Amino acid sequence: MPHLLLRHRDVPGIGRLEVYEKNGGFEAFKKAVTGMQPQDVTEAVKASGLRGRGGAGFPTGVKWGFIPANIWPHYVVANADESEPGTFKDREIMEGNPFQFLEGVAIAAYATGANVAYIYLRGEFWQVSDLLDGKIADMEKAGFLGDKLFGSDYSLRIHTHLGAGAYICGEETALLESIEGKRGQPRIRPPFPAVYGLYGKPTVVNNVETLTNVPLIVSRGADWYKSLGTADSAGVKIFSLSGHVKQPGNYELPFGTTFRELIYAYGGGVTGDRPVKSIMSAGASSTMIVAGEKALDTPMDYASVRTLGADLGSASVIVINDTVSLDWVINKTIHFFTHESCGKCTPCREGTFWMRAMIEHIEHGEDVRANTELLNSVARQMQNKCLCPLGEFSTMAVTTAIDRFPADFMPSSTGGTHG
Amino acid sequence: MLAEKYPEEIKKIFAKYPPEQKRSAVMPLLYLAQRDQGFITKAALEDIARMLDITSTDVAEIVGFYTLYHDRQAGKYRMQVCTDLPCALRGAEKFLEQLCGNLGVRVGETTADGVVTVEAVMCLAACDKSPMFQLQGGEGIEYHENMTVDKTMELIAALRKSGREVK
Repeated sequence: MPHLLLRHRDVPGIGRLEVYEKNGGFEAFKKAVTGMQPQDVTEAVKASGLRGRGGAGFPTGVKWGFIPANIWPHYVVANADESEPGTFKDREIMEGNPFQFLEGVAIAAYATGANVAYIYLRGEFWQVSDLLDGKIADMEKAGFLGDKLFGSDYSLRIHTHLGAGAYICGEETALLESIEGKRGQPRIRPPFPAVYGLYGKPTVVNNVETLTNVPLIVSRGADWYKSLGTADSAGVKIFSLSGHVKQPGNYELPFGTTFRELIYAYGGGVTGDRPVKSIMSAGASSTMIVAGEKALDTPMDYASVRTLGADLGSASVIVINDTVSLDWVINKTIHFFTHESCGKCTPCREGTFWMRAMIEHIEHGEDVRANTELLNSVARQMQNKCLCPLGEFSTMAVTTAIDRFPADFMPSSTGGTHG
Repeated sequence: MLAEKYPEEIKKIFAKYPPEQKRSAVMPLLYLAQRDQGFITKAALEDIARMLDITSTDVAEIVGFYTLYHDRQAGKYRMQVCTDLPCALRGAEKFLEQLCGNLGVRVGETTADGVVTVEAVMCLAACDKSPMFQLQGGEGIEYHENMTVDKTMELIAALRKSGREVK
């Protein structure tokens, strides 16, 4: 099947406006603005079963439907903060197929009554932001952005906004704080952004990949979209495959593809032809899946991955072979989350700090059994106690590595290096 | 003063946000200040604070919170190697160690000629192209992916020679 999101792999030059237009570009946006009521667009997206691709998997159309009609103005914000270790799909979309993403932003804005949309990019995507600024200017020149679009009363402007290196800004309320010129720290919810978002106004925040699906749904219809994927996970998904595989990269596949197909048929197999020991299906925030036969044959959709005690999340699949001891893995993830904790909630700020102290003891071979037990206990005490999921995410790999791979936390096995 | 030096850039920055939400301009203005001086000076904090009707402490907390703003001088270029889990599984730590060995620095240090500061950083969303690093220096940031130590040393030699700005 030709790519639906990574279309630049099949259509050379689709990143240029005239090529994108020649291949049906902006027809969906035009169709929406000239022939559909905003709520019809929202209904179509609802009916398609599209769920958020940033990790949470929340139904996109339902999110749009929460925007109230009695508070104005409305905003749409595209979340291009892509910072989860193991996730690198949004960057490829924006670099390769930028107009389909921008058209998705435009349709989301029309559907929710927003006249201004922001794209929040992580600061490291400096060059991507530059590229998008150029594409936005192209759209303005061609009449796809600006005032009274397609002869209607609808006007829209899109602006980029660069972050500056903070994982937490991928959390939607922290992201909004950041656009407002503040430290990126999550807000207390409720109220949710749909009611109290950017500048205190109703705001939809959607991931880049989510929005890139939207033009397809508007032009080809919800039924067609639903026919792809599985019952609970409609459509296609970009799987970012990394770690111990021969051909890491992005693979756009229908939901329901198995881990085995992804790793062996697409990823070319495991580095060193070793057995897979563990898989993280949702980047560094993931639990550690025991990669037995059953796991490898599990279809990658939201419901099936859950049966493995894991989440599909943003589908950032990190493969770990049997040369690695998992104490080393959680040492890496704990350091990441300790660095990225924003400091607002005590359990996360202090908990990640203490987890780091304990894993360092373990890595130095100091009282490994007692420190492992303490580490596991601290991690459990952090769960369900923070405003945003970061604190919780930091414990996922820790508790499951210790529970599911106890042999890796024996005094004789810890403290190895890798890579 | 930024306002006198970069009137066009500043006009463009403010145009992105509602007029009553000037504070939103703090991050792009900090990038502008950093491009001007190589790091954020105390004078820049005060300058930006005045433009936005906030205190210089409000601006300083942004500099402190976000890792891409620097409040002190380092090498002309910052070479920031990702050593997070997916990159480390593909040899990023060994790459960093060898690179530091070749340059005669430890992680976080600057080469004797003041050209390159080598740092280890968190995920840069390029997990499939490790070893990789971003290069900061001047206005922008550029990615260098699928790197080897030899290729990196060549890049550093070229940077030493050209002294070019990163765009």
